[in-house]
Amino acid sequence: MTSAPSPEPLHRALGMTDEEYAAAVDKLDGREPNRTELAMFAAMWSEHCSYKSSKVHLRTLPTEGPQILVGPGQDAGVVDVGGGTACVFKIESHSHPSAIEPYQGAATGVGGIIRDILSMGARPAALLDPLRFGPLDDPRNRYLFSGVVAGIGGYGNCIGVPTVGGEVKFAACHGPNPTVNVLCLGFAKADRVQVGRRGGEGNVLVLIGAATGRDGIGGVSVLASRTIEEDAHESRPSVQIGDPFAEKLLVEACLELADRGLLWGIQDLGGAGLTCAMSESAARAGVGADLDLDAVPLREPGMEPFEILTSESQERMLAIVRPEDAEAVEEVCTRWGLRASRIGKLRGGSVLVVRHGGEVVARLPARALADEGPEYDRQHEPPSGLARLREEDPADAPAPASLEDAFLEVLGSPGVASMRWVYEQYDSLVQGGTVLGPGADASVIRLEGTIRAVAVSTDGNGRFALLDPYLGGAHAVAEAARNVATAGARPLAVTNCLNFGNPERPEVMWQFAEAVRGMGAACRALGTPVTGGNVSFYNESGDSAVYPTPVVGVVGLLDDYRLLVRHAFPSGGLSIYLLGRTLPELGGSQYADVLLGNVTGKPPALDLDAEAALHRFLYDCARQDHLASAHDCSDGGLAITLAESAIAGGVGFTVASPEPSLPAHVALFSESASRVVVTVRPGRESEFESLAGFHSVPYSRLGLTGGSRLRFEGAFEVDLSDALVVFEGAIPSRMAGERVAG
Amino acid sequence: MAEARVGVVTFPGSLDDRDALRAVAFMGGEPVAVWHQATTLDGVDAVILPGGFSYGDYLRTGAIARFAPVMAAVQEFASGGGPVLGICNGFQILCEAGLLPGALIRNRGLAFVCRWIHIRSEGLPGSADAPRGEVLHIPVKHGEGQFVASAEELERIESEGLVAFRYCSAEGMVDERFNPNGATHGIAGVRNEAGNVLGMMPHPEHAVDPDLGPTGGQHVLEWLLAAARARVGAVT
Repeated sequence: MTSAPSPEPLHRALGMTDEEYAAAVDKLDGREPNRTELAMFAAMWSEHCSYKSSKVHLRTLPTEGPQILVGPGQDAGVVDVGGGTACVFKIESHSHPSAIEPYQGAATGVGGIIRDILSMGARPAALLDPLRFGPLDDPRNRYLFSGVVAGIGGYGNCIGVPTVGGEVKFAACHGPNPTVNVLCLGFAKADRVQVGRRGGEGNVLVLIGAATGRDGIGGVSVLASRTIEEDAHESRPSVQIGDPFAEKLLVEACLELADRGLLWGIQDLGGAGLTCAMSESAARAGVGADLDLDAVPLREPGMEPFEILTSESQERMLAIVRPEDAEAVEEVCTRWGLRASRIGKLRGGSVLVVRHGGEVVARLPARALADEGPEYDRQHEPPSGLARLREEDPADAPAPASLEDAFLEVLGSPGVASMRWVYEQYDSLVQGGTVLGPGADASVIRLEGTIRAVAVSTDGNGRFALLDPYLGGAHAVAEAARNVATAGARPLAVTNCLNFGNPERPEVMWQFAEAVRGMGAACRALGTPVTGGNVSFYNESGDSAVYPTPVVGVVGLLDDYRLLVRHAFPSGGLSIYLLGRTLPELGGSQYADVLLGNVTGKPPALDLDAEAALHRFLYDCARQDHLASAHDCSDGGLAITLAESAIAGGVGFTVASPEPSLPAHVALFSESASRVVVTVRPGRESEFESLAGFHSVPYSRLGLTGGSRLRFEGAFEVDLSDALVVFEGAIPSRMAGERVAG
Repeated sequence: MAEARVGVVTFPGSLDDRDALRAVAFMGGEPVAVWHQATTLDGVDAVILPGGFSYGDYLRTGAIARFAPVMAAVQEFASGGGPVLGICNGFQILCEAGLLPGALIRNRGLAFVCRWIHIRSEGLPGSADAPRGEVLHIPVKHGEGQFVASAEELERIESEGLVAFRYCSAEGMVDERFNPNGATHGIAGVRNEAGNVLGMMPHPEHAVDPDLGPTGGQHVLEWLLAAARARVGAVT
């Protein structure tokens, strides 16, 4: 007879190490935490909530600048966009839930980021969705892709926040672990931005919105802080369920409360639910709190204290209000058809006291949960084999047999082709501020009642980051900022979503540390501080990790949106210029991926001073109205950039090689950085050229717009209409017959 | 002359209500916000039921909103000849309320579609600005915009000239290729027999400001404002 194996200790089942358990005991002055307290520690000290593996690196990022009103540490970053208006923005990931249940995973990701913006007192005004999936020849990837897109649309469309941009890329390593990021930006009067205040003893905690159920329990600790393995479907109860209608009411009610000055503080309920909202609010205020779980409206009877405390039920906000305002707060909520329950109050000291059925079920310091979690400087070292991978330069491979076929293949590859199939499922117009919607380099939202507008773009190149994470991080910042500058805006600030594998593996930690270092360098050089963001680790299954994927969102300011520069060729007869230099850089390129089937070599070099000069030049060009069009040169290189401007405008072109010394395929598909294709308004050429000289931006005149063909002199030419069919047809033909989930 | 006052109803889950208010002001009318629990329309000269997902549209689009307290006042206003424009969800509500014929069901493609399209005006009563055949460039954005009606009702809609707009090409050709949702006979909007109630899936309020794009929606709002001003004139 053998005895049954001794059961796993509870803290390990909840994802805590023995050392972390000992640290928790220490925080309780030597007392062992009870079950409820342990669940609270496990949630707040999870990777997702505590950033325990990342904060040592994130701390090195630049966060200050005159334009920054609120930097990292709050629910979202805030920049000054002039005229007394603040732009609040943040990006987050919802990859793990989306891998399990794509529709609800993506939908609740949208809901969560909207509440982050709302908790700063801002009206959510735009969403962007950077997505990564496995190749579309696999039905499971198609299911995840269509489900995620439907979920984003289902939630965003129903809540009245336009989805104005994003990007979608495909790679085999994102198959088991799709990457689902969502950026939200919103606007508030600068003097109404809600930031955590100190003190407030005696103020009442009012829980607004949905009742609390058993959905999403363990979302942060079970789902987001571990790798996804074979038994993933068993995690479905950890995925939350979204109700966008309830969230719409929540948005309107909370904004009315903020407008009427009825809020002392406000906090969203997201990962780790009430535990996180309570402990962060109290820790920020430097006080303690009393919480009565019997006052929390529940969806079902018999919920245990730890379930109520860690439930991630959606569409809830925690308002902190002065006792004399509590009644008025309840009236506003009732008018919007929302529940408002007084569930506790702030108290002096620093301890959270949680009661249930009249008994104290948890008593622990707020700061221990919110601020004093573990912190690791994990071991990091470069992956073995990386050096060899980098030596294999795709520019050394033989030229393609047919340049025309190669061009059409790259143009029709899902990472380059039109994403109309995606963005037509999103309402990009609601709120009436969308000056430039999806399908362009940046999206542009005007500030109501002014001629100013905010330009925003997201970017991230996993192939570059795989081959050189430092450069990958720097490129992500540079390209997102370049997209914003290409539209004519001045880049202001950065938010980032860092999607990586298991941080306990030294090579993943090395990729992470390098990417952060590269981002920091680029942010400093471009004058765009980091205002916050999100880290998503454990994006791996078995031996397959996602590309290291730093996704960067950049917000910029257009002084006059009527001077916005679009990417379409507006007419024939315009001079086409390429800004920047073209080098033989095919490492990690779209061309190498599609034509050679490899991700090897070195990513393009990045001269950050040249990049900054390019942005200043583009900004001056826009203000002086020199440009008829401008388009960032990135995935697929010059050939694809020209084709996209031609397709968007319905106007062909004739161009010479930018670099006759290079083989045609290298010159056309190289992804050298800091390049933009522009057309210049007739008669402005010499002013344009002298301004370029002033800014020391290299340029070459490539040719002219016009006709109905894409003509690459000395190389090949195709009909605009044929290119259009390939570009627009790529995604619909792969998704034909795929039912929309949800 | 007094400004035409146009009420825009906000239901829980209305989304394009602020856009409609802004568009009314842009076109020279006086926008008036109307709450769904209101029992009177406060003397407005026209009413817009805006787009959105009233009550989340979890049951059937517009099925709950038609029972909102304000709808009794809208019914009365419409039966007195007051001009009423239902946009997208507002159109769905007007159909549910029996103020317009037909119904809107899920798009044939099953997915939500947000797209700039063209519609051909089949003649708006009393409007010089959008004569029959005029093509308007305007966006749609809906998941349930496929117009359907029973065979007899469709016959009546067509024979009595109740079709206000059809989806078409940029040149005005009506063809299935230009129909974004599979609507029967390419119907994008219908009106009632008296001509004072108009419902449409496209969003005119998102197509008035040239800074943001094409302005095909101006014609529709001009019709509404002209009808509203006629009432101002009649009263004074």
